[in-house]
Amino acid sequence: MYDKVIEGVLNKDRRMVARAISLIENNDNGRTKILSEIYPHTGNAYVIGITGAPGAGKSSLVDCLLSTLRQQGLSVGVIAVDPTSPFTGGAILGDRIRMQEHALDKEVFIRSMGTRGSLGGLSRATKEAVQVLDAAGKDVIIIETVGVGQSEVDIIKYADTTIVVLTPAGGDSVQTIKAGIMEIADIFIVNKSDLPGADRTASEISMMLDLGGSLREWRPSIVRTITLDGSGITDMHKAIFEHRDFLENSGHLQKVRKERIRRDIIDLIEYRIKSTVWEQISGSEEFDLLTNQIMSRETDPYTAAAQILTGINLDKCKV
Amino acid sequence: MNTARKIRVLVAKPGLDGHDRGAKVVARALRDAGMEVVYTGLHQTPEQVVEAAIQEDVDMVGLSILSGAHLTIFPRICELLKENGAEDIMVMGGGIIPDDDMQELLANGHAQALFTPGTVTADIINWIHEAMKDRLS
Repeated sequence: MYDKVIEGVLNKDRRMVARAISLIENNDNGRTKILSEIYPHTGNAYVIGITGAPGAGKSSLVDCLLSTLRQQGLSVGVIAVDPTSPFTGGAILGDRIRMQEHALDKEVFIRSMGTRGSLGGLSRATKEAVQVLDAAGKDVIIIETVGVGQSEVDIIKYADTTIVVLTPAGGDSVQTIKAGIMEIADIFIVNKSDLPGADRTASEISMMLDLGGSLREWRPSIVRTITLDGSGITDMHKAIFEHRDFLENSGHLQKVRKERIRRDIIDLIEYRIKSTVWEQISGSEEFDLLTNQIMSRETDPYTAAAQILTGINLDKCKV
Repeated sequence: MNTARKIRVLVAKPGLDGHDRGAKVVARALRDAGMEVVYTGLHQTPEQVVEAAIQEDVDMVGLSILSGAHLTIFPRICELLKENGAEDIMVMGGGIIPDDDMQELLANGHAQALFTPGTVTADIINWIHEAMKDRLS
């Protein structure tokens, strides 16, 4: 069954692409097989991340961007993340509403995902879903994060170009110099620029960038857009490709992607070790005993952790 | 180890009526029952609904129709699902559907279940859990 899915992904069969993402997202037994077999076919797509507060216009901007990318003849994948309920595990995935105009375009593939417990603005399987779309031959993949606050910055780990969407009247100038989301943008979009305060927001971002000085080689662009009438969309499109040219010509793209692979390997090692350790200690008598000893202050968690580790067999996580 | 399997449902409003209160109530109820609900908004063509169902890899499509076009739209959606090799995606629906038409849609297999005004959301959830039993085990 997994062979059929893998073959389907590589042949751009929409049903199998969709199925592969589900299997991976659901932590199915075939997850590793699928991912490792499609891996040689990845690395060709350019990944754009769009983040910003709820209702800032992320989905509408993705819709506009889909139009300009398609005009250029590029095939596009979209992964739109919406929050999963921490109480019921359910989710309303509503980002598609703004993108349905492109639903019938065979060169566009849109997938909605729930965060399923992940807190950084993406879902746990977003990265893998990008790999599936990449292997299925998408030239550009757009990741739309959940509506974020100030510190959900996971998107920079996976996007080549990160776009932060702001709207006018989002607070005073101190907001722009805070750490977190204001630091991650390669491009700032001031959307809903027809509303009062757009000029001020744009100039405050600009002043913030002036303060930052020479920390980064790329000075983020600031683009004003109105998705309702399409104003500024070509500028946004242009800014993305300028940033891509910068990354390619400066050698940054190679550097960033290499760093990403190193982190992926470390993540995988961590995950394997963690599950192996957990398998061996959960329900073990030693674990229970030590917990009780720590409760009564006969020993401490640091000594106990060291003691448990000496008894762990890590051979299992090497296969 | 299939621990994270979630029921995914597409809630869609095909056709020309603009009354989405019912669709939203159902979407919310399914969310609260732990399902992932993809909502595509108003005025969808059957082609858009089916394409979204495929890309989102949903288990089930829920159609809300209050325009009277149910005898056209349900069969068309089933036809398109079949053309795309996706007839395993179940179809349920709700709205203003006369009894006779309901019998016809169910008998022809153009809908697996229909829920008309007055339905308790728990009934819909129970039906989905029942229908999904085989796939989740």
